[in-house]
Amino acid sequence: MAKITFDGIEVEVPDGTTILNAARKIGGGIVPPAMCYYTPLKGSGGKCRACLVRVAAGSAKDPRPMPKLVASCITTVQDGMVVENTTSQQVMDVRKGIVEMLLINHPLDCPVCDQAGECDLQNFAYEHGVSTTRYEEERRTFDKIDIGPYVQLHMTRCILCYRCVYTADQLTDARVHGVLGRGDASEIGTYIENTISNDFSGNVIDVCPVGALTDKTFRFKQRVWFTKPVNAHRECGHEKCSGHVTLWYKGQDVLRVTARKDEYGEVKEWICNECRFEKKETSDWVIEGPAHIDRSSVISANHYELPVINPQVIADLPESTVRELERNPPLKLGGMSGSM
Amino acid sequence: MGRKLLTEHVNVEGIETFAVYRKHGGYRAVEKALKMTPEEVVEEVKKSGLRGRGGAGFPTGLKWSFLAKPEGVPRYLVCNADESEPGTFKDRFLMSKLPHLLIEGMIAGSYALGARTSYIYIRGELLYVLRILEKAIAEAYAAGFLGENILGSGYSLDLHVHPGGGAYICGEETALLESLEGKRGNPRNKPPFPAVQGLYARPTVVNNVESIATVVPILNMGGDEYAKIGVGKSTGTKLFSACGHLNKPGIYELELGVPVEEFIYSDEYCGGIWKGRELKAVVAGGSSVPILPKELILKTAAGEPRLMTYESLSDGGFVTGTMLGSGGFIAMDETTCIVKNTWNFSRFYHHESCGQCSPCREGTGWMEKVLHRLEHGHGSMHDIDLVVSVAKQIEGNTICPLGEAAAWPVAAAVRHFRDEFEWHVTHPKEATQPGAVYRGNMVLA
Repeated sequence: MAKITFDGIEVEVPDGTTILNAARKIGGGIVPPAMCYYTPLKGSGGKCRACLVRVAAGSAKDPRPMPKLVASCITTVQDGMVVENTTSQQVMDVRKGIVEMLLINHPLDCPVCDQAGECDLQNFAYEHGVSTTRYEEERRTFDKIDIGPYVQLHMTRCILCYRCVYTADQLTDARVHGVLGRGDASEIGTYIENTISNDFSGNVIDVCPVGALTDKTFRFKQRVWFTKPVNAHRECGHEKCSGHVTLWYKGQDVLRVTARKDEYGEVKEWICNECRFEKKETSDWVIEGPAHIDRSSVISANHYELPVINPQVIADLPESTVRELERNPPLKLGGMSGSM
Repeated sequence: MGRKLLTEHVNVEGIETFAVYRKHGGYRAVEKALKMTPEEVVEEVKKSGLRGRGGAGFPTGLKWSFLAKPEGVPRYLVCNADESEPGTFKDRFLMSKLPHLLIEGMIAGSYALGARTSYIYIRGELLYVLRILEKAIAEAYAAGFLGENILGSGYSLDLHVHPGGGAYICGEETALLESLEGKRGNPRNKPPFPAVQGLYARPTVVNNVESIATVVPILNMGGDEYAKIGVGKSTGTKLFSACGHLNKPGIYELELGVPVEEFIYSDEYCGGIWKGRELKAVVAGGSSVPILPKELILKTAAGEPRLMTYESLSDGGFVTGTMLGSGGFIAMDETTCIVKNTWNFSRFYHHESCGQCSPCREGTGWMEKVLHRLEHGHGSMHDIDLVVSVAKQIEGNTICPLGEAAAWPVAAAVRHFRDEFEWHVTHPKEATQPGAVYRGNMVLA
């Protein structure tokens, strides 16, 4: 075990834990943002530089500070390490610079982007960016390529986190897409117009931090903050598929099915394309109850989960709100079965 | 003229063949090394004070001693021959003229590190050098210096040459290893360092061509004797590739410690600035090190004469100093436009960024575009600060040193030649005339 001090808070974690995961153990506002790191994907991280932190003391044995800021997602803790994140002006300044770099060639087409409302880049820019740009040049564009019937690729929005590449590498047998080209001409693509047709290809949509890979069956259907997330499961015949999903409702209709994400937007249980794209009837699923969305502020602002899953919390709500909710329940799930 | 340890026999007819090289004392270092223990060889290199000749200047002996040596796991020595820094062409010369010197160094180094297979990763464009090396390696195999049981010592070594695809980034050691493994040449996250997990996740040492070749004279003369050459911690001799507006550009082997002024102006070396012109600026160690104006390259800020050593060139930090780097010495005369030159360098780094991490991928392109604006008379005063600010946002925040390599020359050019950048803004018409140069910053003799 190693004991580290992160932003003045002491935390003890097993040896080999990364600084980022130690910070996540503390939780709250001190957790560095991560645009490319994804815990379930081996080898991910280190690329976006959003999670850079200052190591003020390397370890108890060698308390010298590290000369450069380090990527907290790939740097492992040492006993006695002292890390500064929100308490370091240098880190905050650099992070502002990283937001700027990620945004200069981003199209900022949030109003027509399906990811808006649950976009890591939006959140990151909102928390750390500035409202103006110093970039006068034309933004980078790419030729559109079609990568298959389920997944829409918008290369202009991509921040090259490589998560989808790792996903395809580690989840499927033969990866057909990857990063082509070099420098700022790098792009995600399939070599010679191939189609991504693997049973698990849909998971690249969930891991994508921005709107570069979106669900074609959900495209332009609804803004995510107008849909209501409900956890559900089904017996899926596919051996690698967990069958545990989140259904996104608008009224009675399931508009979209995604894997379940934790508070850092990470999927712990992958799902297959059949569950994701083909099962869009409530009758296909056993409903568990409303899903709790932690981080994507726009969605969670609506607190859909409160009246159904967490009756004890209702007691804390003002009388008028409770009445309003009773009169007008946000979720109208007829014949809800198997709720937990 | 100083001693020549690497290039002593470089002009001997047929020195690239095994027979002639052997006749001139070649492979004595291997014979000597194989009679020593590997630890003694490492100790000898440590004593020599040899510092990496690729650019960073890290002590080679120390690097070797850091190599992890777990039981039953192969280790590798990889020679970094992906020399692609603009202004640097010493390794190409060394390999094409003296292939056996590198092979000899590789054998001695591999023996010291306990490597049974070693690789020379050569830049893809140097196809003719690759052929020279392959021929020389075949000769060394035939003579029993490579292969099974070298000289009956029981030590066996296989040496392979592997051409890259010509990407600058593959000169970064971990990108080189990725490329050598057959993958996309993207730098790895560190740690783990190559000394622990390098090629095929095995302990690996990556050394520059010249560093490995220098092991040969070190073993021949002994580490202590080698350390006597040079000044302070800059020991021995080093190859410099002098280019730009010089009377006699070329490769020079210097004992470290020659004054910069002597190197530029003495007839023994570069012979002064061509066409009788004035020196304006020097990039002393390959395009990525900070550019210095004449007055700061000849003398340090304290007024001491600057010497061709690691310490003297970096005297004053980046405020008034630069770095020895790889030894790519680029001299620019009074007709050089610093803005154009800086734009040209940044164009190179924009083209060569691997695109893996965001500051470098986006920032190198951004700097290039702003500098393009400035050079072509569309810039504003604000752009000058902008480009420095972008450089600062890249520096130190990237996975590999390419970010710094791109940021340093830009920041240094504005630091020392700000008036020239401003002139491009205030006099866009004059500045965009062909051959127009700002001379307000010239220090005339």
